[in-house]
Amino acid sequence: MTEEPTRGVDEGALRALVPRVLAALVRRGEDFDAAEDALQEALIDALRVWPEHPPRDARAWLAAVATRRLVDARRAEAARRRREEHRPDEPPDAAAEEGDDTLFLLFCCCHPDLAPASQVALTLRAVGGLTTREIAEAFYVPEATMAQRISRAKRTLRGRRLDRPGDLAVVLRVLYLVYTAGHAGRVDLAGEAIRLTRQLTLATAEPEARGLLALMLLNHARLPARFDAEGRIVTLDRQDRGLWDTREIAEGVRVLQSALALERPGRYQIEAAIAALHDDAASAEETDWSQILAWYDDLVALTGDPIRRDPAAVLGRAVAVGHVLGAAAGLRETDRLREVLGERHRWHAVRGHLHELAGDRSAAASAYAEAARRATNIAERDHLLRRAARARV
Amino acid sequence: MPKYLLLKHYRGGPEPHRPVPPMDQWAPEDVEAHMAFQRHVTELLEENGEYVDVRALTPSQTWVRYGGPDAAPVTSDGPLPETSDLVAGWFMVDVDSRERAVELAAYISSEPGPGGEPLYEWIDVREVMSGAPAEAEPA
Repeated sequence: MTEEPTRGVDEGALRALVPRVLAALVRRGEDFDAAEDALQEALIDALRVWPEHPPRDARAWLAAVATRRLVDARRAEAARRRREEHRPDEPPDAAAEEGDDTLFLLFCCCHPDLAPASQVALTLRAVGGLTTREIAEAFYVPEATMAQRISRAKRTLRGRRLDRPGDLAVVLRVLYLVYTAGHAGRVDLAGEAIRLTRQLTLATAEPEARGLLALMLLNHARLPARFDAEGRIVTLDRQDRGLWDTREIAEGVRVLQSALALERPGRYQIEAAIAALHDDAASAEETDWSQILAWYDDLVALTGDPIRRDPAAVLGRAVAVGHVLGAAAGLRETDRLREVLGERHRWHAVRGHLHELAGDRSAAASAYAEAARRATNIAERDHLLRRAARARV
Repeated sequence: MPKYLLLKHYRGGPEPHRPVPPMDQWAPEDVEAHMAFQRHVTELLEENGEYVDVRALTPSQTWVRYGGPDAAPVTSDGPLPETSDLVAGWFMVDVDSRERAVELAAYISSEPGPGGEPLYEWIDVREVMSGAPAEAEPA
């Protein structure tokens, strides 16, 4: 496959137009599936044509070309269309604001009937404006597999009513999934997730949307310090804090404060508050573990039966307990999770850390070795093996 | 989304649930049905958007090791105990969950054997480690 010439076209600006144009088409009553295909074709045209003939109004150009594609497609499939004619009951409101477009499309792409992998893929294409190939590269699957996943997802949406508000919690979970997928291939998925979540916060005043954006920013700020030159994981307590992105931290704190001011706490806001406290410490020793523990208490209190329904939060709290009340107390907290998390690497890694804190190097080494055996990520496995080896010295 | 390798074996693994003779001793139509099922699984995975890779290996096996400085590699192709594992091939899938990988493995294991009855072959389900750095590191 050859790369289209893109010189002279601002791809970022082009992609930012995708949700607005697509939303306008769907609101006009076009089928989501067909409209999305038509817009993808229009984008390819734009990359080819614009370097020679820049449009006066980029958005209008895309809308016009996509519409022409839709008309062509409709004509070609006129017979089939007649049999399957499907129109919404009422023409939806065409006048909509930019932020609403993003929100509307996110609700479409994160429809609860879709599996998480499909929600992620569709969101990156229809809202993020990424190509199928870029998404396939980011998730290390063949392009044909990703194309199939996207077209199946769009088929699932066919005939669903897409004009009512969706489930914001699902949208937030999908965006967080994109964020945690990290950086792979040509695409910076974490950066993409931040961009999309920032757009979402323009569309809704929901504090959890801002909480998620804050959480992403406050964690992303530490990315430059998280790996050394050889790609080895550097844990929080050993990171060079001078490498942290202070602008991202400042923005994250600002966004978090605006969310907390609404006084409707939720898990993303709380996790962001914890991240902010880590970011705020000038050194690992100055970390305010008591405040972190207080936030973990709130996090755990969000769910009934947290051991079973939110074990990750209970495990995070155990670390804080270890720092505030002593390693033995932290280890006792992890004991309560043995049945639920005993087979997960993270549980053993936390116990290794707490044993180290208690000065029991041999128990720490065994726990780290157990964790390494269960890790599902190469960098993490290597990191845990090193810690086990170091604890044995 | 996690990736899994669903491994098929020429030999090895737990006690066979249904002992069968080697495939060259099956009725031709049973061999045909078995192979058609493998193609069907590939198509199913493609259709689902779960496909990453499918490969078959020849049964010939050569063990190789470093021979030491200035020495040729040392090779061995046996004799190996009849119980040693011999991988026959794999499906690599990209799925939403471990449960889905197990479900697919069980489906693969229902492949037709002699007489068209399921083979109940043991499938080895292995998670592929991701190379992407994890977001949250252990404290």
